[in-house]
Amino acid sequence: MNRETRVNLLLLVLLLAVPFVADALGQTFTVTLVTRIAILALAAVGLNIALGLGGLVSFGHAAFFGIGGYAAGILASHAMSGEPMLFGFEGSAQMPVIWIVAMLAAGLVSLAIGVISLRTSGVYFIMITLAFAQMVYYFAISWPAYGGEDGLSITLRNGFPGLNTMRPTEFFLVCFGVLAVALVLSALLSASRFGAALQAARQNEVRLASIGIAPMPIRLTAFVLSAMITAVAGALYADLNRFVSPSMLSWHMSGELIVLVILGGTGRLMGPVAGAALFVLLEFWLGGITERWQFFLGLILLVTVLFARGGVIGLFAGKERHG
Amino acid sequence: MAEPVLEIRDLHKRFGALKATDGVSLDLRPGEIHALIGPNGAGKSTLIHQICGTLRQDSGAIRLAGQEIGALSVAERARLGLGRTFQISSLIGAFSALRNVMLAVQAGAGSSFRFFRPVMRDRGLRDQAMARLERVGLAARAHVPASDLSHGEKRQLEIAIALALDAKAFLLDEPMAGMGPEGSKVLTGFLDSLRHEAPILLVEHDMDAVFALADRISVLVYGRVIATGTVEEIRRDPTVRTAYLGDHV
Repeated sequence: MNRETRVNLLLLVLLLAVPFVADALGQTFTVTLVTRIAILALAAVGLNIALGLGGLVSFGHAAFFGIGGYAAGILASHAMSGEPMLFGFEGSAQMPVIWIVAMLAAGLVSLAIGVISLRTSGVYFIMITLAFAQMVYYFAISWPAYGGEDGLSITLRNGFPGLNTMRPTEFFLVCFGVLAVALVLSALLSASRFGAALQAARQNEVRLASIGIAPMPIRLTAFVLSAMITAVAGALYADLNRFVSPSMLSWHMSGELIVLVILGGTGRLMGPVAGAALFVLLEFWLGGITERWQFFLGLILLVTVLFARGGVIGLFAGKERHG
Repeated sequence: MAEPVLEIRDLHKRFGALKATDGVSLDLRPGEIHALIGPNGAGKSTLIHQICGTLRQDSGAIRLAGQEIGALSVAERARLGLGRTFQISSLIGAFSALRNVMLAVQAGAGSSFRFFRPVMRDRGLRDQAMARLERVGLAARAHVPASDLSHGEKRQLEIAIALALDAKAFLLDEPMAGMGPEGSKVLTGFLDSLRHEAPILLVEHDMDAVFALADRISVLVYGRVIATGTVEEIRRDPTVRTAYLGDHV
């Protein structure tokens, strides 16, 4: 087992153990905190596929995060009121159904956004993804049926077969489970043929084309997969807060997700988990000391970008290895 | 005469007032090395770009094995069997030499849309890639990241990648560039054997290599082919002497 695998396992074990210890000690707040870490990590695992492996700096992933959130909110509200929505579908308060809807919705939207945005690159790609996300944001604000600017409450956290999701540790288990599945998928993906082509597209697009692999379809697929994973995180995030509002769709959220990926280690399997953990803990501790905690977050980000490109994972596990 | 593998007919490309390619016709026959020479600024690079698809011609035809490819994308042309190397090595830096070649084998073998099976455990891909590295004499350096290879080794890797495509025609853009005399000699010997696999359109400044390898030479000056012929014919051609070769002969 190499060093990175050991660091990764340690992180996962810690993430899994802390909530149960905290719960035994009656520290419910800590359970919520770690659940938040797991969910943000999941969102960043999604973004990491586009940004880390594919080099696609999407500044619009809040759109997919928010679409996931609204999928949870809207389906739950219909299930609650019994009012049918499209095609007589009466909504659902079951997480698996919500996740599928969230993935489908985000998949379709990201396909449309990707087809247009991926014609550009560099700064233009960043700006065009931002622009699309802002369109979704303003759409949510001006759509009164689901709360508009005020957002939408989820009265009862949506359910998962066999578990009581109102109990913090059980809801945490759901989030951790989804995160684990996403990590396995992400590991398989990056080692696969597709992953090889995607990473090649990031490093040398001309080379990739000249051996006969068109970069566009590879990138588009990565972008859509990335969005779908982030959407599931959005649905869980809405369930965690039992509330969804346009702020989930705002560009702050997009920026936060990019920060998570960079802090943890761009393109590294567990980078998003390490990044999310660091981010949430900093927010909690520094936020307790000073209101201007983001100033210090900025400093840390600066140091990471200047001196520790591999992020937290790079710090503990060394440089990335390619076969 | 055998059907040409690569056929260029009356190709034109202008950049504003500059005629970079001015009615170029060329063909590449099975089993031959066809060298393309010319002074700097003659339009060799522009021509190469049009053949492999990074630039679109204004008019004219490019056919590969009888099929018109002038409107296809870079990737589509590569899939049809146009194997190119770059003037300045263009590799996937973080990948090992082996993975660079494996990617090319993967491209040739069809789908890159496989999401689950780890590439590095794909025996077929590995073995085929390794065989290509052995042919260019780079097997011992298979696991070194491409960015850490020496200049000469990068050139060798470029050729291994072109080999992995099972190309119908090779388009080698200054493969000798920056190689020492020893390296050039080895590479010359290697290219000599390569022509039997697929014909080579060779753009090269190293005249010793060109004269040693070429079955035919075309001389490009100001976007026009001013002469095409065997090595002897080109050496004797008076217009070529004044335009280009000068005292080199």
